[in-house]
Amino acid sequence: MSKLSQRHLLGIKDITRQDIDLIFETADNFKDVINRPIKKVPSLRDVTIANVFFENSTRTRLSFELAEKRLSADVINFTASGSSVKKGETLLDTVNNILAMKVDMVVMRHASAGAPHFLAKHIKANIVNAGDGTHEHPTQALLDAFSIREKLGGVEGKKIAIIGDILHSRVALSNIFALKKLGAEIMVCGPPTLIPKFISTLGVQVELEVKKALEWCDVANVLRIQLERQQLKYFPSLREYTLYYGISKKMLDDLKKKIVLMHPGPINRGVELTSDAADSQHSIILDQVENGVAVRMAVLYLLAGAA
Amino acid sequence: MHSAQIPVLSRWLMQKKLILDSRQLDITLSRLCQQLIENHSDFSNCVILGLQPRGIFLAELIHERLKSLKVTVPIGYLDATFHRDDFRRRDVPVKASETRVPFTIEGKDVLLIDDVLFTGRTVRAALDAMISFGRPAKVELLVLIDRKATRDLPISADYVGKAVDTQDTQKVLVELEAKGNKQNKIWLINKE
Repeated sequence: MSKLSQRHLLGIKDITRQDIDLIFETADNFKDVINRPIKKVPSLRDVTIANVFFENSTRTRLSFELAEKRLSADVINFTASGSSVKKGETLLDTVNNILAMKVDMVVMRHASAGAPHFLAKHIKANIVNAGDGTHEHPTQALLDAFSIREKLGGVEGKKIAIIGDILHSRVALSNIFALKKLGAEIMVCGPPTLIPKFISTLGVQVELEVKKALEWCDVANVLRIQLERQQLKYFPSLREYTLYYGISKKMLDDLKKKIVLMHPGPINRGVELTSDAADSQHSIILDQVENGVAVRMAVLYLLAGAA
Repeated sequence: MHSAQIPVLSRWLMQKKLILDSRQLDITLSRLCQQLIENHSDFSNCVILGLQPRGIFLAELIHERLKSLKVTVPIGYLDATFHRDDFRRRDVPVKASETRVPFTIEGKDVLLIDDVLFTGRTVRAALDAMISFGRPAKVELLVLIDRKATRDLPISADYVGKAVDTQDTQKVLVELEAKGNKQNKIWLINKE
């Protein structure tokens, strides 16, 4: 089988292990393509893709746009600021107007969880979720798992610690789904106020001490504190957070084994990671960015190719 | 049992006809290599590109045989999946295979190798895929089986193992030991 089980990529929860393996095998080939002298292939030559971003993004939007262009798709970009959304247009109306211009696929980011699922029920185009509220960010999880597979030769049986603001993180949730499907062991670590109450029902361990989490894991995926999503005070101050949960190069060097350090970006240097940790040889943060383009090419290619 | 001993009727009933057996294939490969040597006084600028997924086995066989004739040519694999023109025109996307080009294409004499030449569309895609690696000085095509009069595009092979009259409804099956088959045998099959 070389077809995904779904028409859309709304979340990792909906796709199967076989889907993930197929995306990875295809991404291997695209990673090769983007390292050639000519980095472009004509596969999506007759496909138009709209990048609809109702929420801020640099990495994800650039990465999607580059992936689309490397596949020779026609690309239009939409950002909520400066659009008619401000004049009171509904989500469905906005997207239907974009689709009336004959668009085949929609890549969407939205501040509300479930927004792409809502759209999938109402429109014909293929939808790729580029992050919906605090719910899922499937392509980020795929590229994280792909990077782990590349660095460690596989994901199965690996111990992965997700450290930071778990409560507000769509990356954490998608990562948990993806890594679980691939057979990894997962631990979440952060201040108790930033760990969702029922997270252990997903089959993950909870650890409150960052040192213990680092000693346990093969890979540490460090997340940003999402101050923009926090309406309450979850911890006394950023300085105190850094004191208890910040990771420095010394902490990594003091471990008995070498672990891999990941971060989905944007990094708040000096908060969750010190600069020397982010730039250390433990870090594969920039490999994640490169793999992001290859993985997104694979997702778009496989979704566009299935009739 | 040798296929020549099977009566014509039962062969028709089997819907499967042997085009080349192991011994004939051996002779054909030798001839192809001799032709290559005849046409290339110097192989120093030459590279072999086997087309994924099935042409690579033949490419390896030619590569090995040339080596035994004291001619060493670098070999690579080329996958043209992302350059195909039938993307979104079939139900399931074609699965890509590995491309391995461990040399530069720029200014080289490239020998493309595939097992069967049918519509010519794979070769067209392969030419595009190859050009992403640079501008070759010259490109030649070697195929084991040339299905005559089934071409959709103006493409022909420079070196042909065997030319066969076929219909669109038929299929050529290439069994090679290198692929894990029991014997080297090339079949023409009537589809149901």
